[in-house]
Amino acid sequence: MTEITMRVWRGDQNGGAFENYVMPKVEGEVVLDVIHRIQATTAPDLAVRWNCKAGKCGSCSAEINGKPRLLCMTRVDSLPDGETVTVTPMRAFPVIRDLATDVSFNFEMARKVPAFNPIPRPADGYRMQQIDVERGQEFRKCIECFMCQDVCHVIRDHEENKLKYAGPRFFIRYAELEMHPLDTNDRRELVREKMGLGMCNITKCCTEVCPEHIKITDNAIIPLKERVVDADFDPVAWLGRKILRRTKRTSEEAAVQPD
Amino acid sequence: MTTVENSATRVDNSHTPVVLGGTRGGPDQPTLRTDRWWLAPVITVAILSSFVIYATWAAFVNKDYYAGATMHRDLISPFYSPCLTQGCLTTGASMGGHVLNWWTISPALLILIFPLGFRMTCYYYRRAYYRSFWWAPPSCSVSDAHKSYSGESKFPLIMQNVHRYFFYFGLIFNVLLTYDAIVAFNQPGIGIGVTVGTLVLVINATLLWLYSLSCHACRHLCGGQVRSFAAHPIRAKLWKFVTPLNAKHMQFAWVSLFFVAFTDIYVRLVASGTISDFRLF
Repeated sequence: MTEITMRVWRGDQNGGAFENYVMPKVEGEVVLDVIHRIQATTAPDLAVRWNCKAGKCGSCSAEINGKPRLLCMTRVDSLPDGETVTVTPMRAFPVIRDLATDVSFNFEMARKVPAFNPIPRPADGYRMQQIDVERGQEFRKCIECFMCQDVCHVIRDHEENKLKYAGPRFFIRYAELEMHPLDTNDRRELVREKMGLGMCNITKCCTEVCPEHIKITDNAIIPLKERVVDADFDPVAWLGRKILRRTKRTSEEAAVQPD
Repeated sequence: MTTVENSATRVDNSHTPVVLGGTRGGPDQPTLRTDRWWLAPVITVAILSSFVIYATWAAFVNKDYYAGATMHRDLISPFYSPCLTQGCLTTGASMGGHVLNWWTISPALLILIFPLGFRMTCYYYRRAYYRSFWWAPPSCSVSDAHKSYSGESKFPLIMQNVHRYFFYFGLIFNVLLTYDAIVAFNQPGIGIGVTVGTLVLVINATLLWLYSLSCHACRHLCGGQVRSFAAHPIRAKLWKFVTPLNAKHMQFAWVSLFFVAFTDIYVRLVASGTISDFRLF
């Protein structure tokens, strides 16, 4: 029977080490299956977060051979044959234990997103055309695995930026709201000043790792950047606002949560 | 079988409360990737450096950029279009030419500012050179090479936001190069016909149009900036037209870059008499 060597990070926020586990190779398994067999046989204290085993809950995010992947969606036979498989926790977040990380930074950023603030309800109810519904549909596929946050070097390599950078997952939320035809808020100043949109240098790693294949950079971040250009860096747009007496919301005004 | 590496750093796995903003734990190697992640940045550096070196030489050399009436052709290099000197004025390539007598060095230095600015601020090229030249980061899941990072939020990189203005200028150059391609069908002393040079100029202009129309700023200006497509049906149609092109922006960026250099080389070889421009019909 062929074997597979799993090199798994064991430790917590204070440090840790790799441990190697040699397991029999079973056809059709995903990496999470092998981790579960390690738990069941040699390391019952190995911590791993998982839930659906179907790539839809976003719980089992980790790094396989250095790349953010869902453990449940990575088939063992898709990895280089005969090589040791390295499994580590997501690098951008503090390790709780072994492969489980504390992703509460993301929930802090989620709280800061000013919620959908629609126009007053018309007498015949809210209506949206299909073309506008479809536009935001892509962003709602997000399963909040936070691998895009993990791979983004702005916070992955610079912990200090977490205070001022929402990250790709929340840029798609801001983009979805800004593209919503019924929403009344204007979050352009907010994403520039407080959410660090300018720090994204569009290296597209978030798009590369997204298990839902959301075009995060092309369809959310760059459109947001272009909207910020409209608001702050385009003199013709500025002149147009002056002539048409249109205003834009400050970051403080935009940050107010609706009732 | 279980083995332990780096056992000196192995700690007790009893639960320790996590402190945000502090140390993260986990491996501290710059990357654990085992594939050839360095290959793409190396190729990008090689190609972009080669282009910059060639374009610099071609811009300063200031000769052999126009094959005119003496060769029964009307071919001008894209690096020297629109025609700004006497050297390409004989039959009026590029909108008839407007000679700048006071400008004594290569006109390409004036012309290339705009296409160069368009490509330098292009969202795709930014990705390419931030990764390959600036190593921020060199590849996904590989540590970037800088201790601190502010991205495009401060000067000078905040100037990348002028991209849409370079896009506007790029459109003007596309019109000029399209005109060049059309006049290349005229072969002075022979008549209307098609040569290899004609096809080269036509393909070059087409690729530059595809590169410009697939630009992210173009997609935004066409319709991306509206909140409701239903309320702006014409802009929605424009947006739907350019969106598939936008998905191929990277490919258009590379192919048009190669071809603009190839077009310059071809015209240069014809103008210098090194090769003759084969007439197809």
